[in-house]
Amino acid sequence: MIYLDNSATTKPYPEALETFNIVSNQFFANPSSIHGLGGLSEEMLKRSRTQAAELLGVKPSEITFTSGGTEGNNLAIKGVALSYSQRGKHIITTEIEHAATYNAFKQLENAGFEVTYLPVNHKGRVNLEDLKKACRKDTILISIIHVNNEVGTVQPLQEIGEWLKEQRATLFHVDHVQGIGKVPLNLKEYGIDLCTISGHKFHGPKGTGLLFVRGGVSLSPLFSGGSQELNRRAGTENLPGIAAMVKALRINLETSKRHLDDLKCLKNKMIRSFETNDDLIIHTPAEFSAPHIINVTIKGIKAEVLVHALEEDDIYVSTKSACSSREGGASRVLLAMGIPEDEAAHAIRISLSLENTSDEIDRFLDIFNKKINELKSVMG
Amino acid sequence: MEAIYLDHAATTPVHPEVLEEMVDVYQKIFGNPSSIHQFGREARKVIDEARDALGRQIGTEGKNIVFTSGGTEADNMAIIGAALANQEKGKHIITSKIEHHAVLHTCQNLEEQGFEVTYLDVNSNGRLDLNDIQQALRDDTILVTLVYGNNEVGTLQPIREIAHLLRPHQALFHTDAVQAFGTIDIDVREAPIDLLSLTAHKINGPKGAGLLYVREGVPISPYSYGGEQERKRRPGTQNVPGIVGLQKAAEISAESILPRMDTYFAYRKILLNTLEKNDIEYKINGDPDHFLPHILNLYFPGTNVEALLVNLDLAGVAVSSGSACTAGSIEPSHVLTAMYGKESERAKASVRISFGYGLSTEAIQKAAAIIAKTVKRMKQ
Ligand SMILES: Cc1ncc(COP(=O)(O)O)c(C=O)c1O
Ligand SMILES: Cc1ncc(COP(=O)(O)O)c(C=O)c1O
Repeated sequence: MIYLDNSATTKPYPEALETFNIVSNQFFANPSSIHGLGGLSEEMLKRSRTQAAELLGVKPSEITFTSGGTEGNNLAIKGVALSYSQRGKHIITTEIEHAATYNAFKQLENAGFEVTYLPVNHKGRVNLEDLKKACRKDTILISIIHVNNEVGTVQPLQEIGEWLKEQRATLFHVDHVQGIGKVPLNLKEYGIDLCTISGHKFHGPKGTGLLFVRGGVSLSPLFSGGSQELNRRAGTENLPGIAAMVKALRINLETSKRHLDDLKCLKNKMIRSFETNDDLIIHTPAEFSAPHIINVTIKGIKAEVLVHALEEDDIYVSTKSACSSREGGASRVLLAMGIPEDEAAHAIRISLSLENTSDEIDRFLDIFNKKINELKSVMG
Repeated sequence: MEAIYLDHAATTPVHPEVLEEMVDVYQKIFGNPSSIHQFGREARKVIDEARDALGRQIGTEGKNIVFTSGGTEADNMAIIGAALANQEKGKHIITSKIEHHAVLHTCQNLEEQGFEVTYLDVNSNGRLDLNDIQQALRDDTILVTLVYGNNEVGTLQPIREIAHLLRPHQALFHTDAVQAFGTIDIDVREAPIDLLSLTAHKINGPKGAGLLYVREGVPISPYSYGGEQERKRRPGTQNVPGIVGLQKAAEISAESILPRMDTYFAYRKILLNTLEKNDIEYKINGDPDHFLPHILNLYFPGTNVEALLVNLDLAGVAVSSGSACTAGSIEPSHVLTAMYGKESERAKASVRISFGYGLSTEAIQKAAAIIAKTVKRMKQ
């Protein structure tokens, strides 16, 4: 099996599962309970929070555990919008966000907020000048995806963050779900106020995630109930999930330190091979792109047909983003990049993880090229 | 010394078979249920099987089940979702004073958004009066949300009668069955219920997994936006192992409802007999006829709950003062206050004992002796 759909979800690390198991068995009590067993769970929760904070270079009180990336984005975006709506009702995002951000903005638009969707160039990048023009006195939030989940484009967050630091009234949220472990992001230096990550994208459990909320930022919670997570996120904490996610985060960031260059090599190997094939149109830009995502269209071959053909040989890639892969039609992200509709409708995404090996990529390329030739001869 | 855990209403240990199955799923079925390849299809299959099985268990079809991250999220989704989707029909909501904070705080939140909420009183047993509900109903009432079985005193509400009373009315009926599920048979057809929430971690399932039942045709507005998962009602990559864990836990608990209830009745008897034998003055907070057998809330006149809890904990018995989410605060329980009044001593001198998996007659006898001894000592 060669699994190259790591942007959809990843296989959990055995170590993370072990943590899940141990914490489920030994720290099952409710961290809010005041008895000794509850105290042990609270201690474990605190340790996880501290470790997550250290890994991200922030304070423990700035970490809010969530149920995933979608919740993190919704909590950040709506939490800020509702909390700061007195100050202004203008919010900014881009045309290439993940559905969790994009649709949260659509909802706020319906609720009376004014939204600017920044355009991107043919590489999928926004332009700081466009942002400067869009930013107003009443702009309370700008939310940008760090690494796009379909094409892998990396946004100029440092530039944006540095400029935004001067715009005191505007908070800066980053969807870092695809970037974590792949493209470093310095939360403090870039002036980021809120940042979302999701456990299952870095070999942690599904149903886990965290939101960084810089100290001093006030957030209106998504749901009400108990006073867990400093009143930002009600509900009994998923302690085994949290501990396992933090474990995965640590392993992932350590692996990344050692093997990020290897990952880049794997991607470059694929790109070089793809470049020699005239039937392929590569949508992932050569520069400003993450080391794990490649988006291509194969002329004359339908994406689904290819996905299933590869599957016969135990290779797994995807059409577009998993959450929208059941909708028909061309990808909103590719269209925003100016890619023609018929090309955009037939793109496939190949996404790697730090766990993929050079052998796997060689075998993949072999089979991939073979399949394309086969399909072309069938169609042609 | 191993503490005797009598706080199963706060949360429960995960059943070993549940954990085993979850770890198996983590390893083997790690795909994203929205992916179109085999990994995705496999993951989708297991969650849809879980959906059907859980649906069957409460008397409905799988398509009416929306998976959430827990009880708090399900309560919020039901209440906010129903309120926003039906606000054209009216803005009045009925609930009670003894709801879990996931319901109470959500209703308060809606009040801030211009909804009007009636908080019904209960009698000194914690029971609602049907006449009060009838009287509170107005033409513009759109939602009635009442807890099935209370989490602090265990009182069961006349859910079936309430459901029938509401039948001719436009108001939707939501019930928080988080504590009742797994302890009593629940059939959403028998008592026509529109919305019902439950959570896995109260029935020896994992934390971070729950569901909302939404009767077919009942509109609810999503509170969170993103991908199209859960028929557009709840976006975000599903927590596949958590969902499987929820289903497995529900299956195990359904198999043994009757014998478990007998066991809990026996445990209650042991506890109460021990107290009587030792001449300990006590009163049961709750309803003598309609109660959840796993919850026993006791008033010990002349004691102080905090001191009592600390001493019991030191002596190796883990119990609580009420809901875990409020246990950290020193405020007297809102449930006991609603039952006995603000001035009553009972809210300051009562403990909740709750039974569950992993206990034995010997453990209960031992705990009973410790409780008797501790209470006696505290009163001196
Ligand atoms: C960039 C991005 N943001 C947000 C999400 C949503 O995360 P989750 O599936 O954990 O809700 C995803 C993945 O689905 C993603 O790729
Ligand atoms: C009656 C009741 N409703 C809701 C909840 C909240 O459920 P969860 O902890 O899964 O968010 C609880 C328990 O905490 C409860 O006892």
